Amino acid sequence: MTELYIEGDPIRDEKAPEGPIEQRWDKRRFSAKLVNPANRRKLSVIIVGTGLAGASAAATLGEAGYQVSSFCYQDSPRRAHSIAAQGGINAAKNYRNDGDSIYRLFYDTVKGGDFRSRESNVYRLAQVSVEIIDQCVAQGVPFAREYGGLLDNRSFGGVQVSRTFYARGQTGQQLLIGAYQALERQVAAGTVKMHTRHEMLELIVVDGRARGIIARDMVTGEIETHFADAVVLASGGYGNVFFLSTNAMGCNVTATWRAHRKGALFANPCFTQIHPTCIPVSGDYQSKLTLMSESLRNDGRIWVPKKAGDQRDPRQIPEDERDYYLERIYPSFGNLVPRDIASRAAKNVCDEGRGVGPGGLGVYLDFADAIKRMGRPAVEAKYGNLFDMYQRITGENPYEVPMRIYPAVHYTMGGLWVDYDLQSTIPGLFVTGEANFSDHGANRLGASALMQGLADGYFVLPNTINDYLASGPFEKLDENTPEAKEAAESVRARINKLLSIDGNRTVDSFHRELGHIMWEYCGMERTEEGLRKAIERIRELRDEFWQNVKVVGTNDELNQSLEKAGRVADFFELAELMCIDALHRRESCGGHFRAESQTEDGEALRHDDEFAYVAAWEFTGTGEQPVLHKENLEYEYVEMKQRSYK
Amino acid sequence: MNITLRVWRQKGRGDEGRMVTYKVEDVSQDMSFLEMLDVLNEKLTLAGEDPVAFDHDCREGICGACGVVINGVAHGPETTTTCQLHMRSFKDGDVIDVEPWRAKAFPVIKDLVVDRGAFDRIIQAGGYISAPTGTAPDAHANPIPKADADRAFDAATCIGCGACVAACPNASGMLFTAAKVTHLGMLPQGQPERAARVVKMVNQHDEEDFGGCTNIGECAAVCPKGIPLDTISQLNKDLLGALASGKL
Ligand SMILES: Cc1cc2nc3c(=O)[nH]c(=O)nc-3n(C[C@H](O)[C@H](O)[C@H](O)COP(=O)(O)OP(=O)(O)OC[C@H]3O[C@@H](n4cnc5c(N)ncnc54)[C@H](O)[C@@H]3O)c2cc1C
Ligand code: SF4
Ligand code: FES
Repeated sequence: MTELYIEGDPIRDEKAPEGPIEQRWDKRRFSAKLVNPANRRKLSVIIVGTGLAGASAAATLGEAGYQVSSFCYQDSPRRAHSIAAQGGINAAKNYRNDGDSIYRLFYDTVKGGDFRSRESNVYRLAQVSVEIIDQCVAQGVPFAREYGGLLDNRSFGGVQVSRTFYARGQTGQQLLIGAYQALERQVAAGTVKMHTRHEMLELIVVDGRARGIIARDMVTGEIETHFADAVVLASGGYGNVFFLSTNAMGCNVTATWRAHRKGALFANPCFTQIHPTCIPVSGDYQSKLTLMSESLRNDGRIWVPKKAGDQRDPRQIPEDERDYYLERIYPSFGNLVPRDIASRAAKNVCDEGRGVGPGGLGVYLDFADAIKRMGRPAVEAKYGNLFDMYQRITGENPYEVPMRIYPAVHYTMGGLWVDYDLQSTIPGLFVTGEANFSDHGANRLGASALMQGLADGYFVLPNTINDYLASGPFEKLDENTPEAKEAAESVRARINKLLSIDGNRTVDSFHRELGHIMWEYCGMERTEEGLRKAIERIRELRDEFWQNVKVVGTNDELNQSLEKAGRVADFFELAELMCIDALHRRESCGGHFRAESQTEDGEALRHDDEFAYVAAWEFTGTGEQPVLHKENLEYEYVEMKQRSYK
Repeated sequence: MNITLRVWRQKGRGDEGRMVTYKVEDVSQDMSFLEMLDVLNEKLTLAGEDPVAFDHDCREGICGACGVVINGVAHGPETTTTCQLHMRSFKDGDVIDVEPWRAKAFPVIKDLVVDRGAFDRIIQAGGYISAPTGTAPDAHANPIPKADADRAFDAATCIGCGACVAACPNASGMLFTAAKVTHLGMLPQGQPERAARVVKMVNQHDEEDFGGCTNIGECAAVCPKGIPLDTISQLNKDLLGALASGKL
């Protein structure tokens, strides 16, 4: 395997303070240098992304008085992919008095992440979770309430307390609209300048510091240079490397990948989350997969026929010929086991030939018992919009016929490596939200991404970025700065190259094929042999892409094929690194399941002696051996155990 | 099934546009409308022709990016977003007209893509509650009667797609504006700025070249999120109250 990568020096997070875990965040806030309010006006920050992580940071830094420039590729910041989150957001409020606490949320998250995240970071996340809910309510986010007027909660996969706040099935939308409104308030106040329909295509690094970005105006094609004293990437996850995923069509890795090429380490790229409850694929034309909120697992029961190849209408299959396999294998968590476990269990029963629906790639999620127990109106009140969505997409009525679900790529735990301050290995480059690797280890618990995005943007970054900005403002730059000129030139050259190949295959056809390779070999189950094959095929396909892709039109117009081509080109490079990362990690943990590393009864088997580290990769050139830097993980508070949900 | 499309093609802002006819074959019932357009675009690309530009992102009916006028109706024959419309709503041999939102406040950028920046500016004018980060009291400090919370929620589900404007004979953006005024106005946190908010938002609405509202109701009929028309009555009530009170 050494032919695929080189091992370099270990890396350490130098920013997390020592001492009792509950005091670390206070200590860091106290030790971080402050910027006097009068000086903030002279300091500028670029924020790429207006999802929960980016919009909350832009609003908060704007309120603090910094000059913020905010970027998104959509026509409005309100459309960032965070809008699509359905289920909810966790917070250790313990409003239910069911034994929850900051410590328990911390513990659940470390355990859920299968001991591949940092204790200090996770503890801080649990601490600030409480403030997030307060902040959002103050902004007017209409969380679900009970008749007494207080906030309602529900429980989510992988935990036994009710700590999830929600707004029907539209939690992400409501949280994002809250952050968006706060952002627009700052736009009106003149502290934030918003650049919609702008795509970041390169990072500008001057004297070792991140000093700006090159962005393409997606309407005119103009290649623009923007400078600042610090750059924040809040550009979301890279699940679309699989082509089919629950992510929005535009989600991409370009912003973070360009930074990676400029020196930012990329951590744990192979840690991807496959969500168990999505609507199965229906045909080749399929452009994306739709998630059905995991909250459905609170009341729906998952089953397949006991007999392989049973083609009967599900309603005709008697109770004793059904296998409620999650309840059978995991009696204490049942249908609420964490996502990675539920997904793999679904794959296993389908591999046994017991899957249902087209191609046998589906399992039932059945509400018949819930309707009997709670009555249809109660089920409707709780899940109505999800049921409607299912019916719209599949043409089937889930009140009468059990839903069919299948796992789909949903979230990426990997991302740019950051320290406790959320700063990457490039000084002045900060990374927040799904774009960083920080808090979820090898598996993210449900309702924790929204929590992390808002924690990063409202509370963490605004208290750490000042420590860096305190040494600014930095030297003034202009478009003639050699590094900026070079960055803009390389962007132009790449665009020209993509437009001039004029081959025989569309961007989508390459993307689809890349996605197939990734799903097959770097999806729910990974093997040494498969990953090696994948790397070979990715390289071949990437070469073909650069010779045979067809992008119609010019740069000087709205050109959606050109936009896609640039994103897919970066996915090709990322895909190779994901496979190398998956190959080098010869253990199973969280969402990363290596077939060679399992217990006798088929559960994931970690190797803490060898792999209790974050794998942070350094870029050395396309198709060249990346350098692996290990950050050792130590657990002082939570004892490292094999996870058990039985 | 086989479908004939007549699609609005327009090179850029301010250019002349026209309807162009395309055939799309082997369309499956289970395809979404946008997937059918994907199939057309793959074909056009391979033929070296410019693919049809249209906005879309989540394809789940929640981001509000998509939206075209289909056979004269904003978002097409079902009350949903364009991305959630499926080809089972059409039949073999259908001829389908596909056009962008048409409104002075939403200039066409290319083909089916329009500029909806005016909506963001209406929000900037006052569509928020001023609650700087870190200043919030405990979330349970202020219980909210469920009925009020639900009403606020119903209004808050607006996705900012702009179908209401496209459907309105006056090209008014009042349903969008009213949805936000109602969402924030129903909540205790929204009270301090309530009067100023409605006045500023309505002023901005008028400045953006949206038409006035004459209560026709086409907006609510196409709204994919079912924003009720009575939010506009709420807006009018708030507006009159604010103007009468003079405390702006
Ligand atoms: C269907 C679905 C449901 C989910 N449900 C839940 C849930 O219930 N609970 C939960 O906790 N999590 C959920 N998640 C996960 C969660 O929604 C995301 O992880 C989270 O919202 C990511 O937020 P973000 O701010 O990091 O990025 P995003 O919201 O993805 O925002 C990315 C931003 O970056 C911009 N951007 C990207 N690239 C560029 C570029 N090159 N140039 C300029 N701008 C760029 C985009 O325009 C956008 O504004 C769900 C995810 C999906 C897909
Ligand atoms: S009111 Fe309805 S139609 Fe208008 S923008 Fe909002 S969701 Fe779209
Ligand atoms: S693409 Fe998001 S609502 Fe249609």
